[in-house]
Amino acid sequence: MSETRQGRVVKVAGPVVTADGMTGARMYDVVRVGKLNLIGEIVELHGDLASIQVYEETVGIGPGEPVIDTEAPLSVELGPGLIESIYDGIQRPLDLLVEAEGEFMSRGSAMPGLNRKKRWLFKPTIENGAEVSVGDIVGEVKEGPLLVHKIMVPVGVQGKVENLNEGEYTVIETIGVVKAADGSEIKLKLMQTWPVRNSRAVINRLAPNQLLITGQRVIDTFFPIAKGGTACVPGPFGTGKTVVQHQLAKWVDADVVVYVGCGERGNEMTDVLTEFPELKDPRSGEPLMKRSVLIANTSNMPVAAREASVYTGITIAEYFRDMGYVVALMADSTSRWAEAMREISTRLEEMPAEEGYPAYLGARIAAFYERAGRVNCCGKPKREGALSIIGAVSPPGGDLSDSVVQATLHVVKVFWSLMAKLAQQRHFPAIDWLTSYSFYKEYLANCFEDKDQADKMVALTIESMGLLEQESQLLEIVRLVGAEALSPTDRMALETSRSLREDYLHQNAFHKVDTYTSMEKQYELLGMIMYLHKQSLAAIAKGVSIEDIFKLPVREEIARAKYIPQEEIAKVVKIRETIDEQIGKCKS
Amino acid sequence: MLSIKEYQTVTSISGPLMMVEMVDAAKYGHIVDIELGDGSIRHGQILQVENDKVLVQVFEGTSGIDVEKSTVRFLAKPLELAVSPEILGRVFNGLGQPKDDGPAIIPTKRLDINGQPINPYARNYPNEFIQTGISTIDGLNPLVRGQKLPIFSGAGLPHDQITAQLARQASVLGHGEQFAVVFAAMGITFEAAQFFINDLHETGAIERSVMFVNLANDPAIERIATPRFALTCAEYLAFEQDMHVLVILNDMTNYCEALREISAARKEVPGRRGYPGYLYTDLATIYERSGRIKGKDGSITMVPVLTMPEDDKTHPVPDLTGYITEGQIILSRSLHRKAVSPPVDVLPSLSRLKDKGIGEGKTREDHADLYNQLYAGYARGKEAQELATIMGEAALSAEDKKYMTFANEFETRYISQGYYENRSVEDTLNLGWELLSMFDDSELKRIDVDLIKKYMPRFRNKN
Ligand SMILES: Nc1ncnc2c1ncn2[C@@H]1O[C@H](COP(=O)(O)OP(=O)(O)OP(=O)(O)O)[C@@H](O)[C@H]1O
Ligand SMILES: [Mg+2]
Repeated sequence: MSETRQGRVVKVAGPVVTADGMTGARMYDVVRVGKLNLIGEIVELHGDLASIQVYEETVGIGPGEPVIDTEAPLSVELGPGLIESIYDGIQRPLDLLVEAEGEFMSRGSAMPGLNRKKRWLFKPTIENGAEVSVGDIVGEVKEGPLLVHKIMVPVGVQGKVENLNEGEYTVIETIGVVKAADGSEIKLKLMQTWPVRNSRAVINRLAPNQLLITGQRVIDTFFPIAKGGTACVPGPFGTGKTVVQHQLAKWVDADVVVYVGCGERGNEMTDVLTEFPELKDPRSGEPLMKRSVLIANTSNMPVAAREASVYTGITIAEYFRDMGYVVALMADSTSRWAEAMREISTRLEEMPAEEGYPAYLGARIAAFYERAGRVNCCGKPKREGALSIIGAVSPPGGDLSDSVVQATLHVVKVFWSLMAKLAQQRHFPAIDWLTSYSFYKEYLANCFEDKDQADKMVALTIESMGLLEQESQLLEIVRLVGAEALSPTDRMALETSRSLREDYLHQNAFHKVDTYTSMEKQYELLGMIMYLHKQSLAAIAKGVSIEDIFKLPVREEIARAKYIPQEEIAKVVKIRETIDEQIGKCKS
Repeated sequence: MLSIKEYQTVTSISGPLMMVEMVDAAKYGHIVDIELGDGSIRHGQILQVENDKVLVQVFEGTSGIDVEKSTVRFLAKPLELAVSPEILGRVFNGLGQPKDDGPAIIPTKRLDINGQPINPYARNYPNEFIQTGISTIDGLNPLVRGQKLPIFSGAGLPHDQITAQLARQASVLGHGEQFAVVFAAMGITFEAAQFFINDLHETGAIERSVMFVNLANDPAIERIATPRFALTCAEYLAFEQDMHVLVILNDMTNYCEALREISAARKEVPGRRGYPGYLYTDLATIYERSGRIKGKDGSITMVPVLTMPEDDKTHPVPDLTGYITEGQIILSRSLHRKAVSPPVDVLPSLSRLKDKGIGEGKTREDHADLYNQLYAGYARGKEAQELATIMGEAALSAEDKKYMTFANEFETRYISQGYYENRSVEDTLNLGWELLSMFDDSELKRIDVDLIKKYMPRFRNKN
């Protein structure tokens, strides 16, 4: 490496450093800045001047200090060891940094993303002599109890596999070679690298056709997200964006979850780190940590690394998708990412567009969400993977006309609108049922094996949403003339809407049972509430007084039904009998 | 150590900023001394270096600085605070210089006031209940050690009384352990600062306090450094001296205005209401310095105070603060008018870490259910109160009237306790039950039936 290109710092303005003598450097090359050896990335080139966004605090850097071009773009290391890791925005392992340097982040430390010493048992899945090319799976490593890590042929490699042997390898040891047609040999390793700003190739993209089940009733039932779909959660502070993201990270039926804490609180990452190893995945019974990768670039960590963090996260997510897995990525909060972009842009003295954001804000946001999707993955064997993205958005003052919200709404297919008013009423999740939407609703039926159940569920969601919409109009009338002026059917509609809100939509994330509701239980709960509605209306038609209906003791049971554990779901089903019984006793 | 270099090459001055040219080897973020023609010294920090041109922000302001006669000394280090265990009990100005007549601090070390971010992996989740003796906090919005919980106040509201009460009363339940108090005053009045300091004197708490005081008539730009001095001191006490530290930052709105002034002078693209686009990140580097660290005994709990211009919660200062802190205590002008003290606006106030610090073994098993019920009851009662003001009390249903009575009682007995009553959490919880006893048990839907049996006064008296 004696030939490395070396420039000189000429200007320092916060996180952006300008260097001269950089002729020949390429955009997005990683550089080392100053005597402290800070890590940076070239984001602008003008003749021999390079503007560099520095991933670490630049205090103490000044003109004349050296800048060294590593001549490689910002990349992540992909291979066994990703699962259960916690990284900063540029894939430095935070746990190992604490060990090496203490509780506070020091500067200039480069530490590889993947452990170099750990050995993994590798089992080939193809024969020596086979022809391989990009994306082909050559073997497997069992990574923890949940995940089979598929080892894939990296980009640019094609030829005949030789010397591929079962054995225990570190990520940088050679597991076999690929002999190209021209006789050259490329060594295969458990690890490959990928530049984070480029999306990983796929054969083609497919329309999503399955829901990603989250166990959150308001989401799954009314505003579902698909495997390979995109969603955003905008809302003012304290309305529950992070809790929604955490709930999804915990309960979605994905094989791998990548959680990016982007410019948010340190304690929220600690929360994940303490909870996930304890919580069990409802499907496998294994700790949730065994399928998770965490990226934590908190609000007080350098902004340039925050800008990079979502790319680091999405690249890792794509890599698992390429193995044929269902992957979900949560980014909390994409507004902080956009602000990092704005800050860098300002220091580069670029022409600002709206609210000071760079003109390319919309394009960057769109490109990020475009990396989601259900796809046919590259390589043999033929396989499908899916990557969903769920982004939180934190608009100033909760104002949805904010640039980041608007640019995001242009591209995502699901909108969970969090309302300050609901949060203040402690109605959680504070997802507003009147303004939220999902383009994936049509796949709800696919969640049920039983065709009849599927049809019923779809009908139930339409009916109940109809009631909720009606409620908002009726409440207007009540405000003007009082509830007594309403017809019994309208009063019944109000009462059932209240029950839908309190007994169904409201879901306590911190309650042991309520935190997750299976699709089957969602069907039973919603069915039960609407059954009472239907039976009540029938009784009213026969002359039963609405006051008697309102006083039915079964309402208490309905209110508590969501706390009935999954194993005892028969008890939920039985409530319908109680409804019949009690209504039957009403005098008409 | 680099030798100190001197220059007389100030080329321009504009607002709080000064340009110095032909400077060799200046470093971003380092500090300078500026010697004026009359021999007086000012202090500055380097905001930008480009080749040999250096842009300096002058903490004491630039008025009276002369382009010709000033000498700028480059000190080749960032702003630092000299610390030693003797720092307790001392008063400093906003730039960390002793302001009392105590002796100079003989430092055991000098710390960069910018600090370093805590590695998120090294954090310990805050979960130890702090008894503040204030019912609206302990009962409804519990504060835990290591939390950052701001007070959103307004001009003329009694936030000074509340912070003094907190400093006086806060202790960790069961340990009776007192907090060390680090107080940063930014642009507050002499009276407000003196009120707080006198209070600490009276209770003897001054011995375990450190003050950094920048008053309303002190240089505004200095305020940018003041909270950083305070937090550097707090980190030293918490993580090197094993103390539990309560940091009070008052008033963050003034801090943000100083930041806005610099940003405007630099002609940066302004964000909302003229505040710079990086205000969020800048505030985060302050607020995120609170917390607990694995393997360390001390902690930093932070109570920033800010006044909301026009009581507007969506103003950038409260808005961005709320996006960073772990909840907020909001004061209400209408409660203040009704002489409810402290006038905590219960419904929009929130402690996000409450659930981890309460319950069996921490406070009491009924705590969570109880605050949910009180909250729901008060929310309903407030609606009734509002209805009554619009339509007259006669228009209320019997049900609504009951809830209104509850809300009134709740305000006068639970919320309003004065600034000198130190209620134990036990008393706060029992008072909650007493207020709820006006309802039938079946109305208390948020409370577990067994807990009602155990704690409701009418049952307790029977046992
Ligand atoms: N589903 C839920 N169940 C119970 N409580 C909830 C739920 N969602 C949110 N909360 C409550 O609301 C509080 C705020 O939620 P959260 O931290 O997710 O807000 P946020 O929108 O991420 O705010 P910020 O933008 O400031 O990060 C939580 O601490 C919790 O008390
Ligand atoms: Mg959040």
